[in-house]
Amino acid sequence: MDRQAILDELKKVLLPYTENKELLNGITEDTDLLKDLKINSANLVDIIIDAESKYNIEIDFDSAEKMMTVRDCINVIAEKVNA
Amino acid sequence: MYDDILNLLPYKSSFRFVDHISLLTLDEVRGDYTLRKNAFFYEDHFPGNPVTPGVIITEIMAQIGVVILGLNLIVHGKGEKDISAATNIIPLLYSTEVTFHKMVLPGEKVSVISRKQYFRFNKLKCAVEMYNASEELVAKGIFSGFIKQIEKA
Repeated sequence: MDRQAILDELKKVLLPYTENKELLNGITEDTDLLKDLKINSANLVDIIIDAESKYNIEIDFDSAEKMMTVRDCINVIAEKVNA
Repeated sequence: MYDDILNLLPYKSSFRFVDHISLLTLDEVRGDYTLRKNAFFYEDHFPGNPVTPGVIITEIMAQIGVVILGLNLIVHGKGEKDISAATNIIPLLYSTEVTFHKMVLPGEKVSVISRKQYFRFNKLKCAVEMYNASEELVAKGIFSGFIKQIEKA
């Protein structure tokens, strides 16, 4: 799975937790989930759980702690999917 | 029963809304609370017509349904690293989505049933229901919260 494919799917995961949906149009790898997309930090757990079922992977505590930007998320997901 | 868990509750006197726990596992909790007729909120909510405020109903559901269950998970080592229930904990709510179905009057006993949806990264999410003594649904909702541990001063 390449990074673009992961990003396309990741957008769908983020959609329910992004209050201003238009922010998702301008998403890049530098986008910060909390600062740029204004996602409530409490929802990061839900995003991780949704990503786990979408990609059929398991994300542990150490990996989850790193997932702050879109790039971090793709890195973690790519590593698990391609493991 | 379950006094060890009840003793960990950080709330005191007028803001402690748990009397009794009847069932406690890693997935589910059942408990009850009887509204004190002299509780501080009845005098003003409403003068001459005391009704239990929705925020108090929500707080009872959160204390029994989320905090007790969360403490039990942590006591049993199900939390992420660096968390223990021993000292200086503050339970914080993340979100509640509650609907109210019946009024609760002073002196009524309410029962809370909560079932865990998940406990990940120290966030606990539960489906919580409250019933009155006639087993009528009083309120139901989805709650999530986590337990923050603070450094000892």
